[in-house]
Amino acid sequence: MNKWDNNKAWFFILPVLVIVSFSAIIPLMTVVNYSVQDIFGPGQRLFVGVEWFKEVLLDGRLHEALWRQLAFSGLVLLIEMPLGIGIALMMPKKGWAASASLVILALPLLIPWNVIGTIWIIFTRPDIGLFGALVNSAGIAFDHTANAVDAWITLMLMEVWHWTPLVVLLAYAGLRAIPEAYYQAAKIDGASSWAIFRFIQLPKMRGVLTIALLLRFMDSFLIYAEPFVLTGGGPGNATTFLSIYLVKIAVGQFDLGPAAAFSLIYFLIILLFCWLFYQALQAVGTGEKS
Amino acid sequence: MARIELNGIKHSYLPNPSGENDFALKQIQTVWEDGGAYALLGPSGCGKTTMLNIISGLLKPSHGRILYDDEDVSPMQPEQRNIAQVFQFPVLYDTMTVYQNLAFPLKNRGVPKTEINKRVDEIAEALDLKQDLHKRAAGLSADAKQKISLGRGLVRSDVAAILFDEPLTVIDPHLKWDLRRKLKEIHKEFKLTMIYVTHDQVEAMTFADKVVVMYEGEIVQTGTPEELFETPEHTFVGYFIGSPGMNFIECTVDGTAALVDDVAIPLANSYGEKAMLSGGKLKIGIRPMYVGIHHEKVDDSIAAKVVGVEDQGFCRIVTARFGNHEIKTRVKDTRSIPDGQCWLTFPPDKTKLYSDERLVR
Repeated sequence: MNKWDNNKAWFFILPVLVIVSFSAIIPLMTVVNYSVQDIFGPGQRLFVGVEWFKEVLLDGRLHEALWRQLAFSGLVLLIEMPLGIGIALMMPKKGWAASASLVILALPLLIPWNVIGTIWIIFTRPDIGLFGALVNSAGIAFDHTANAVDAWITLMLMEVWHWTPLVVLLAYAGLRAIPEAYYQAAKIDGASSWAIFRFIQLPKMRGVLTIALLLRFMDSFLIYAEPFVLTGGGPGNATTFLSIYLVKIAVGQFDLGPAAAFSLIYFLIILLFCWLFYQALQAVGTGEKS
Repeated sequence: MARIELNGIKHSYLPNPSGENDFALKQIQTVWEDGGAYALLGPSGCGKTTMLNIISGLLKPSHGRILYDDEDVSPMQPEQRNIAQVFQFPVLYDTMTVYQNLAFPLKNRGVPKTEINKRVDEIAEALDLKQDLHKRAAGLSADAKQKISLGRGLVRSDVAAILFDEPLTVIDPHLKWDLRRKLKEIHKEFKLTMIYVTHDQVEAMTFADKVVVMYEGEIVQTGTPEELFETPEHTFVGYFIGSPGMNFIECTVDGTAALVDDVAIPLANSYGEKAMLSGGKLKIGIRPMYVGIHHEKVDDSIAAKVVGVEDQGFCRIVTARFGNHEIKTRVKDTRSIPDGQCWLTFPPDKTKLYSDERLVR
């Protein structure tokens, strides 16, 4: 058999290659192409090498947006993960109550992002919003359009309300998959409820919690619609996260080169964090203690 | 260590049981002697696991009391009962090492550290786990994991009994034998009461001094493996134990003979009156190995036809038919088997009479 015969099997991956080219490789390469050129208009372009990357990496406003973004995602994970696990632990295990709470929990997940933003704008309006008006009438000044902290609180509430159910559903699925014998053995071993959580439930949920953590990190790191609808990145730049800043450069100022360079850096940051999270959680699981 | 008594235990998983059939356990009255090795044998769904969970306290019975050494433990939680249970699948705390797994029950009970060290060391020694003591439990083989589950029970010095719920199900066949021998060793060494649930008769017969056979929520017989084989108290025991199971033929009784389709089969005793009085459906039962098969007519033999021969290596199982009845008989490999017409004999002392599935004495 000659080498050609041996390698014919490679043709089988052609369909995949074609699909992936159109869905990922070609768009990505277009961005790479933009990121190394200065584009003045159709047909007018100049190769500039890594100049845009330098410019973007040295951009003070981008640094601010990045720190803001990290703080936001960090807070989201710190609130949503424990809250989600807590709710999953308290949920009924079977019967109609279990089905009912699952459906109710899933409702926020079904609402489109921009609708969520609109709902919360109205909900927190100081004059007519249920929440905003109540808080203001209690003597606490609350206005997400004027006060940076209030804008963050509103965004956080919105985000937690919208996405904690995802963590709950995943954690709940993980909990239900634990065989009854583990709880029985723990009972016989005289384990406290904390020990059961720490040594049975948490380790057994590791897989689903990894997924929840990655999904929540990626999603919150890419957040766009909610702050855009709520305040458009304001007040000031208080809620100008990476994606909002990116759109300002790309669409607002039509600086395609820097925007493309920015996109690539953005993409690499997410990739890096996901890899770090994944590695950390895998290490906890297979647990070679240092 | 303790003697365990089940006193009028009944259990139903339904909130409002109406009939006998709603009960997973129907009126259990039994005693497990201190230091005994018992097997609880029965088909799936007969209530074995229910009974085990009631003994350990994972399940509260609908009726009745459980006594450990005459002390009523019915209201106690499993962790207060000094009982250990090994489950079908190895239950481990994945994130812990073998040592931490074994120490866990003691730690939860606030045992001092030096004492924990000593106990864990002892148990690891007995179970051959010493070389793995500081490895992660999750990475070990299934049989080692099952030994750890067992070890978590043994490590407590106050443990009254160890309950096994089909513990060898997930173990490779060639390791099953080793592990079962280990269990026997442990039993001898620690003199603990052991109750071993299984649906595998070989496992039950080799592990236990006494086998308790359950059927549809009731204990139908308790006895040594030999008693179960020779004198089954219930047709289910005859059918379930032995391979193939006992032959049962519906009959009527006249004095010292059982009549099957008007053919007389001699019995050891005169049952006539007793069997009639009980008024139940009568059957005779005989183990295949005791049924004689002959080429020629002999005394008290019945004419039959050979319809099948199954070679099992060390013996052959011959199926013979007379009337509407099929009789299986076990024939040693060296003997010749009649082809077609044959004559069967039923030794009277091996032919048992059953009325409504229960042995008539």
